[in-house]
Amino acid sequence: MKNELGRVINAIVLCLGCLGCLGPGLPAARAEVGVVVERASGSVQLVDNDTRAALARITGLGDLSHASLVYSKDARHVFVFGRDGGLSKIDLLARKTVKRTLQAGNSIGGAISRDGRLVAVANYEPGGVKIFDAETLEQLAEIPSTYGSEGKRSKVVGIADASGSRFVFSLFDADEIWVADLSEPRAPRVRKFRNIGRQPYDALITQDGRHYIAGLFGEDGLALLDMNNLDGGVRRILGGYGQGEEKLPVYKMPHLRGWAMAGDLAFLPAIGRHEVLVVDRRDWRAVATIPVHGQPVFVMARPDGRQVWVNYAFPLNDTVEVIDVAALKLVKSLKPGKTVLHMEFTAPGDEVWISARDDNKLVVYDTKSFARLAEFPADSPSGIFFAWRARIMGL
Amino acid sequence: MDRQYISRLNSTYAVASFRLAWLCAAAVCSAPLHCAEAGIAPPALERRAALTGMVRQDCGSCHGMTLKGGLGPALTPAALTDRPAESLVVTILSGRPGTAMPPWRNFLSADEAAWIVDQLQRGVLDEK
Ligand code: HEC
Repeated sequence: MKNELGRVINAIVLCLGCLGCLGPGLPAARAEVGVVVERASGSVQLVDNDTRAALARITGLGDLSHASLVYSKDARHVFVFGRDGGLSKIDLLARKTVKRTLQAGNSIGGAISRDGRLVAVANYEPGGVKIFDAETLEQLAEIPSTYGSEGKRSKVVGIADASGSRFVFSLFDADEIWVADLSEPRAPRVRKFRNIGRQPYDALITQDGRHYIAGLFGEDGLALLDMNNLDGGVRRILGGYGQGEEKLPVYKMPHLRGWAMAGDLAFLPAIGRHEVLVVDRRDWRAVATIPVHGQPVFVMARPDGRQVWVNYAFPLNDTVEVIDVAALKLVKSLKPGKTVLHMEFTAPGDEVWISARDDNKLVVYDTKSFARLAEFPADSPSGIFFAWRARIMGL
Repeated sequence: MDRQYISRLNSTYAVASFRLAWLCAAAVCSAPLHCAEAGIAPPALERRAALTGMVRQDCGSCHGMTLKGGLGPALTPAALTDRPAESLVVTILSGRPGTAMPPWRNFLSADEAAWIVDQLQRGVLDEK
């Protein structure tokens, strides 16, 4: 492990280096830079996963329970979506918040358009999606998630960016998936898919932008939309995967974003079951059901697609397990600390960073030897987001 | 599978919490008069801290860490004060079938659920 002085020097060199060589408009952050959400204190930590140095802490971001963020395309900025409806734009180079707006009462997450110009936020209260100019955070449009005949608004979940200035999202209370076309940012055109399955709770879009998949809370199965063929409509995959067996109480909803696509296989959390479901992307047929330690929350593939890492819901959330993709079997069980909330691979996938909220720390593992490489203090850490995400669609 | 799960929970959580609650049955309440009126046996001090953490974090994953709502509705005094406490206790212990609200009786005794409802209605737990 590198010593403290080394880290400080690294940090200084890194920051001088950035300031010295990068003018406006040039890539501002290396893939090794990352942002860690500290949910209780409403702050984020800026870290370097190469030198393993904590570079800065940015505070005053409001209620960050369940917060997520996206990177600008040049990785210079991050947009942080707070639970309290706060949308904050942080300049990673200046290490400070440059814009902030309280855009709703209760928010769940957001996405950035593929051209980087628009930021969309999915809101619970008032239900709907708001579209902002990524440069200025000026609100350009609002899409209320109104459904049914009484004018009620649904909570919106699972928002993702799709090709051609589109955003796609799901309506938890309405059992609908909407595709919003923002070619004209102030005049969204929305296409609605109804009866897609009961209570979609989260969703993902594949890296190639082809498939949008929403997990269903109200029934077994997932809803699949082919973004290249909207006329084909939404179809059910893995319908009735529990074979009628009653599911366990669900104490935390799984997260689908951060997908696990490994080659042709997709690894998905079963809801209310101690299982990871494996499906073949070519025909969407079930390939395997892998019994695991608890109800999966995040199911994430190492960048080379040879391992899938899984963490679990309350009360079994002290454990992380590793699935070997070739063997479709668990190969390792780890206990990183109390209340594991998130995992993030470094760009080459040689390391994984894990947040252990109730131990107030981040733990770094070698993904090959499973050796524990380092630990870091962090204040109730939840999401960890490295800058390589800037280049990946759907993150 | 279900039975295995429950027994695992029992050994790790429920037993520990029941034992604690039992051991500390004689503990003092933070607002003795209020508790006496409501007929609740208040949990012991350490258990209260654990319950407070649990409400903010584990209930908070659906109701929001500040309990202002999320996938589940707000659990603020404004939302709950006029609601009969007993039915809220039942909701917590048994969940609401057909919704995302799960049953917590493997982790909470009836007295603990009643204490949580009392705290929620008085807005004690949502303060940061
Ligand atoms: C997995 C998500 C989830 C978790 C975790 C959760 N709840 Fe809920 N809760 C809900 C939902 C959804 C509802 C609304 C149910 C309905 O539609 O009637 C609800 C309803 C309630 C209500 C009734 C509110 C009202 O206005 O009727 C109470 C009280 C409550 N929850 C307390 C708790 C407590 C205490 C905890 C933690 C011990 C908890 N909940 C954890 C999802 C959750």
